[in-house]
Amino acid sequence: MLRRLFSTCYAPKPGDSAIRKIAVIPGDGIGPEIISSTLDILKHVHAPLKFQEFTNLNVDDQEKILELKSYKCALKGTISHLVGEGPGSPNLRLRKLLNVYADVVHAFSIPGIKTRHQNLDVMVIRENTEGEYSGLEHEVYPGVIESIKVITRAGSLRIAEYAFEVAYLNNRKRVTAVHKANIMKKVDGEFLKAVREVAIKYPSIEYKEMIVDNASMQMTSNPWQFDVMVLPNLYGSILANIVSSLAGGPGISPGVNIGPEFALFEPGTRHLARDIMGKGIANPTAMILSSAMMLRHINLPHFAERIQEGVFKTIREGKVLTKDIGGNASTYEYTKEIIKNISH
Amino acid sequence: MLRLCQRLSSTKISAIPGDGIGPEVFQSVVDIFDATQAPVIWDVIKLSTKMEGKDPISPEEIEKVRANKVGLKGPTTTPIGGGHVSMNVFLRRELTLYANVRPCVSVPGVKTLYDDVNLVTIRENTEGEYSGKEHEVVPGVIENLKIVSEKACLRVAKYAFEYAAKYGRKKVSAFHKASVMKMGDGLFLKKTREVGKDYPMIGYEERNVDTACGMLVANPHLFDVMVMPNLYGDIVSDVCAGLIGGLGLTPSGNIGENNAIFEAVHGSAPDIAGKNLANPTALLLSSIMMLRHLNLFDHADKIEKAVHGVLKDGVTKTRDLGGSATTTEYTKAIISRL
Ligand SMILES: Nc1ncnc2c1ncn2[C@@H]1O[C@H](COP(=O)(O)OP(=O)(O)OP(=O)(O)O)[C@@H](O)[C@H]1O
Ligand SMILES: Nc1ncnc2c1ncn2[C@@H]1O[C@H](COP(=O)(O)OP(=O)(O)OP(=O)(O)O)[C@@H](O)[C@H]1O
Ligand SMILES: [Mg+2]
Ligand SMILES: [Mg+2]
Repeated sequence: MLRRLFSTCYAPKPGDSAIRKIAVIPGDGIGPEIISSTLDILKHVHAPLKFQEFTNLNVDDQEKILELKSYKCALKGTISHLVGEGPGSPNLRLRKLLNVYADVVHAFSIPGIKTRHQNLDVMVIRENTEGEYSGLEHEVYPGVIESIKVITRAGSLRIAEYAFEVAYLNNRKRVTAVHKANIMKKVDGEFLKAVREVAIKYPSIEYKEMIVDNASMQMTSNPWQFDVMVLPNLYGSILANIVSSLAGGPGISPGVNIGPEFALFEPGTRHLARDIMGKGIANPTAMILSSAMMLRHINLPHFAERIQEGVFKTIREGKVLTKDIGGNASTYEYTKEIIKNISH
Repeated sequence: MLRLCQRLSSTKISAIPGDGIGPEVFQSVVDIFDATQAPVIWDVIKLSTKMEGKDPISPEEIEKVRANKVGLKGPTTTPIGGGHVSMNVFLRRELTLYANVRPCVSVPGVKTLYDDVNLVTIRENTEGEYSGKEHEVVPGVIENLKIVSEKACLRVAKYAFEYAAKYGRKKVSAFHKASVMKMGDGLFLKKTREVGKDYPMIGYEERNVDTACGMLVANPHLFDVMVMPNLYGDIVSDVCAGLIGGLGLTPSGNIGENNAIFEAVHGSAPDIAGKNLANPTALLLSSIMMLRHLNLFDHADKIEKAVHGVLKDGVTKTRDLGGSATTTEYTKAIISRL
């Protein structure tokens, strides 16, 4: 194997090879299948990781949540099998408890996957704790429901700051804020105001604004104009699903829910995929690439690269692929092929 | 003199040219209608100019629109983050135009990455996220109320299934995010499901709106008629427009019990306004929908054939479709084909 000859080496701190404790939340639906595939690969490369599984996680169980928090990093399959009596969606409450307010979806084309659009590379940075997902709803009058969308200045500022930070640190050139402030003048207006304030601090990054319906149209007809996008919760989910789909489908694009104290690595688009669960045919690519994102995040860049290259080689060769990307291999066979293609 | 005779059997139509590219694309429709001698009389509606804090249209003018029953409207600009309420939203609410129909059909001669798209978005048009009820709770915390009522859900669902039945469509898909908005979108689903039971010959399915958008761009043939709350309809119809080559080609109708207003899906495009560059096809297709609504099928078919003919030839195309023709040149090409 030829190693890269001219490059500066990775200089770890003494002790950087210490074992990192990683929480694993397989979730339900296809979660356990794609997690199992990912763990096989992580074990194969001998990354210094130790896994602790959290199954049947109860968000009301404060002790358990405290324990989870001590891990700082987790791999999460699809929607976790969460229970909880409190108000709001358990997933949303977990995100709040872990303070992972930013959802990052990185959608990019992988050569070998047959799609209409090639050479896509978009990072969607989505606010992940408020907006339409506030969980505040009530019946004001028989047959009339009010759902409250909440946008705060603080929430908008921190997601905007994170988006520009991501753009800057990844050498991205443009940030596009997506909104519907012509109709929702106050809520989305507040979001825009915050993003504008942050944008001024990054003169080297081009800043654009786009109304959400137009952005969705542009994303289907000319997705190459987008680089980093920053959006309120629901718009984020929609745009992330569109661009992931253009890049090859729901099983491809990696993602992370991230905050100052915790990072929850999971597929970029979150689907239970009940129609294929338990059949062993789910595409684990998004989950595997999320784990590569995690390895980089915890300063293990070479493990990340090897895994990523193994995935890309497998897809490029196109011999062993899952059904959703044109093959007929099982999750297991596809995983084995990736392991075969990972350099020593 | 000729005009006068025509008037006896002509229908009076509210004409709202709008701003930006509105007047240009509207003129194109007027010219083409004149050329086919379509039996309509345009009743031009005046909009307020200084609209800060006021309704965008005066009570007298809105009464004219109401009395005329049918109208054609160009785009009107809505300021971002403040200023007056959207003219579109205002009219829809004022006249209870509860269903917004947005067909998206591949246009011959306009090549995109997608073939044979044939989708119809039916969007709830009076409430939801566009209720306009917003306020600052404490400094830095803003609330927007999304209103979902049983009544509005029922009538738009009925419209969707009626539409599917009338046009021989196979399936209605309801888009929602009821996992997150359990009560609001939950109510929408419940009512749509109820209505669906009366139409056993039409298929029915429910999809998360985000997942559905992903599915649409992967394979538009998975869907047929789609019905959904306001905001989702706004977004999904634009995704569909993206599939067939952009907003220059997508018509729409706002339908209510007593009134109907037809308009292009696109906005006022200030970047190309006044330059004679706008593509009038969307408003033209909207006017064809309008003619059919008025049972003027011959005129509708005739204009549609001419528009499709010109697009298929591909000789005279506006700039958004990769051509170099002006709005007036394109309009002339259509007229000469009638
Ligand atoms: N274990 C579970 N089994 C089935 N459904 C679940 C489970 N956990 C959560 N859900 C449902 O799925 C919904 C998903 O909403 P949530 O707030 O978790 O957003 P999300 O799916 O993670 O985000 P998005 O789909 O917008 O990317 C929850 O509100 C809940 O109704
Ligand atoms: N990793 C994957 N590999 C292959 N197919 C997938 C994968 N993830 C999702 N899909 C497919 O994408 C489609 C959409 O997923 P799903 O039905 O779960 O959507 P959803 O809107 O998230 O619903 P839910 O509320 O149940 O999560 C399904 O047909 C599913 O099989
Ligand atoms: Mg989901
Ligand atoms: Mg729109």
